[in-house]
Amino acid sequence: MKFKSLAIFLIISSFFLTCILSIWKIMATLQGLSFTNLNITPVFLIGILLSLAFVLIGNKINHLIKIFSLSFIFSISYFYLNEASPYWYIFGVFLITLFFTNKLKKYSMQSLKEDFISEKIIFDFITLFGIVFFAFVILFPFYIMLVTSFKTQIALLVNPLDFSLDFTKSLTELFKSYFVIFETYNFGRYILISSAVSIGTVIVTLLFAIPAAYAVARLNFFGKNFLSTSILIIYMFPAIVLVIPLYTVFSQLGLRNSIFGLLIVYTATTLPVAIYMLQGYFKSIPKEIEDAGIMDGQNWFGIILKIIIPLSLPAIASVALYVFMIAWNEFLFSLMFLDSPKSFTLSRAIQYLSGDAETPRQYLMAGSVIVTVPVLLIFIYFEKYLVSGLTAGSVKE
Amino acid sequence: MSDSLSKLEKRTAYTLVLPAVLLVFAIVLFPIFANVWISFKDIELKDIRIPEPRAKKIVKSISENQSELKIIYKLRNSSLIQEIRNVQFQDKFPTNISPINLDPRCNFQSKKVVCNFGNWQAKYRENFEIIIQSNNGEIIDKKIIKSQKPVLSGKADNPLLTTNFTLENFKKVFYENNFVELLLTTFYFTFFGTVGAIIFGILAAQLVNQNIQGRTYMRGILLFPYVGPVVALAYTWTLLLDPNSGTLNALLVNFNIIEQPINLLGQKYITMSILGFEFKLRLALTTVIFFEIWRYFPLAFLFILARLQAIPQSLYEAAEVDGASPIQKFIHITLPQITAIISILFMIRFIWNFNKFEDIFLLTGGASGTRTLPINVYQQGFAVSDIGMGSAVSIVIVMLLLSFMVIYFRLIGKRANEV
Repeated sequence: MKFKSLAIFLIISSFFLTCILSIWKIMATLQGLSFTNLNITPVFLIGILLSLAFVLIGNKINHLIKIFSLSFIFSISYFYLNEASPYWYIFGVFLITLFFTNKLKKYSMQSLKEDFISEKIIFDFITLFGIVFFAFVILFPFYIMLVTSFKTQIALLVNPLDFSLDFTKSLTELFKSYFVIFETYNFGRYILISSAVSIGTVIVTLLFAIPAAYAVARLNFFGKNFLSTSILIIYMFPAIVLVIPLYTVFSQLGLRNSIFGLLIVYTATTLPVAIYMLQGYFKSIPKEIEDAGIMDGQNWFGIILKIIIPLSLPAIASVALYVFMIAWNEFLFSLMFLDSPKSFTLSRAIQYLSGDAETPRQYLMAGSVIVTVPVLLIFIYFEKYLVSGLTAGSVKE
Repeated sequence: MSDSLSKLEKRTAYTLVLPAVLLVFAIVLFPIFANVWISFKDIELKDIRIPEPRAKKIVKSISENQSELKIIYKLRNSSLIQEIRNVQFQDKFPTNISPINLDPRCNFQSKKVVCNFGNWQAKYRENFEIIIQSNNGEIIDKKIIKSQKPVLSGKADNPLLTTNFTLENFKKVFYENNFVELLLTTFYFTFFGTVGAIIFGILAAQLVNQNIQGRTYMRGILLFPYVGPVVALAYTWTLLLDPNSGTLNALLVNFNIIEQPINLLGQKYITMSILGFEFKLRLALTTVIFFEIWRYFPLAFLFILARLQAIPQSLYEAAEVDGASPIQKFIHITLPQITAIISILFMIRFIWNFNKFEDIFLLTGGASGTRTLPINVYQQGFAVSDIGMGSAVSIVIVMLLLSFMVIYFRLIGKRANEV
């Protein structure tokens, strides 16, 4: 029994270490190091030795001394097993091993005797592995997007694995793609258009949604239930089936290629979710506060303006951010309605750029960075509001 | 008193709700019904403009001293399918100039030639001529004549509003369009995209729900693919997966995991052999599904995490006392608590994946076996420019969606009764 859990512990922990080291090696390869072998088997074997040494030593020496010396020995042996590698790479290996052995802290020959220890070991390492895996899989494309924008097409065709940045170059040289897309491809204008459309959508949506949400939350009227269920159903309906009729009607009305046309469509498609999110919040405001307002002789308009809005600012902020992100990221309608580069939004402009096979990829990626950074910044900064909004309103994309 | 108050309340409610309802009705509901109308019409992208009479004016000299000029108007009906009724024509001339042998349909009054051309059939064309002469034999300046543009007017039906209908579009959708393959591709994409997103969502939620350092950061990072703009993410993936100089293929070749680069987005099938069984995998479709999972598992993750955090810790503590293993805890405590949210997520994601357009369009454009119904709407309507056909496909989508919703609510309704 003890032998079985020891074996599971050694294999699983070493497997985990091998995975992190492989990821480290891949990242190092992308810095231009010419590794051609992941060396999985030898790394796995010395990983097993490392874990074995860790549990055998147990508590006989101080934990810190133990992990430092074990990691040091591991890194040296890794250095000799691996292809020629620079010192910063081996130092990274050392840090990873340090992190790894520190995670092993709770395991000893004693703890391997506990109930269900094999399952616990598997769960533990799957958790660790999962976190590394998810973080890597998610961040890797963003990383590639960012570094590609600093490289050149020719350099990447020569060696598609070399993403190292040459910091000896001047800043203008390094940020060349960004200068080019602003000067040659007019991205300044597209940023303005995208911002105008998104902010406009937020304002108009709130203007329409706040009164409607208040009515749905508070007032009694015929058709109220029908309205609140149809809000949900409407918002399950796909944009793609609206495209052809809207295209034809907008063509006849001359609303295509106009920011105004885009604004109307964005507002209408985000309204249901905005109303849904807001009315949920309005319902949670105690009714007594409004009654006090009625006593003071306020009409409905005054109540909304002076009581409801100030009390629900967090909810309104989260709806506003949310609508902003939907409008900023929107692509389908901007593809259908905008033909002339004069009225492109950022997303449409990037798609237009990519239509020309001659466009070097660093420009495409620089454009992508520009369209991505604002949303990610907003998201990181206001994460708390947005997450509660996402779960409450169950999301439109 | 209370009666008039409730009347006032109603009136206020309608005033507050009406603007939003009207806007949503015009932009969301109206097009859904308009699709039904358009789908029964034989109409193409170039026909959607309202037909108008057009004229191109050409001025030619016919006499040596230029006191006479011939003006040719190339008249045409801009529409290829519709007639224009009661076409009126008018052109102005300088003083001292008059037309000779004027066409009987026209007359000349106060320096204007006014014509009544009657009805023009679809595709109607005519070279209409006027010969003008200066009254005092002076030279007529060609430029002045040319700079004056004729004014035409006529009545035409809006091609969208005519009442000639056809079933042709639906026939084409079902019989000529490889409909079965289209439907199968759509279902593969929808089903595997949905299930994959939910499975990864459960895994990620389970991870983040543990007591690990930096779990708030982890939650933020996990949502990145969901909040990022689709255009940027799709093009980044296209670059990553590019067979010639894409990072992924270059890495795999570099570490000798594969010998030849694989065109993950451009190859319809790949032959795989697992345990001696050879089978063909829809490669491009699978790649697109993976992108879909990558982009949308965060949503499932967020919902499941919210649910997990609401499970009382005491349940787990009690199970601990009873000596339950981690797997038993997951199966007997966690899973029953999240089935409800999973079934809701399944429906939401299923419907949205079913309608997904941008992701596939940006990655493959619908090539190499990734043509789904929404992609087909775009291809029919805008690439082939057959608007009626595109609308017919839209109608098929709406019908399928409605039937999913009905099935889903039946199932959920039954389950709710059992509980």
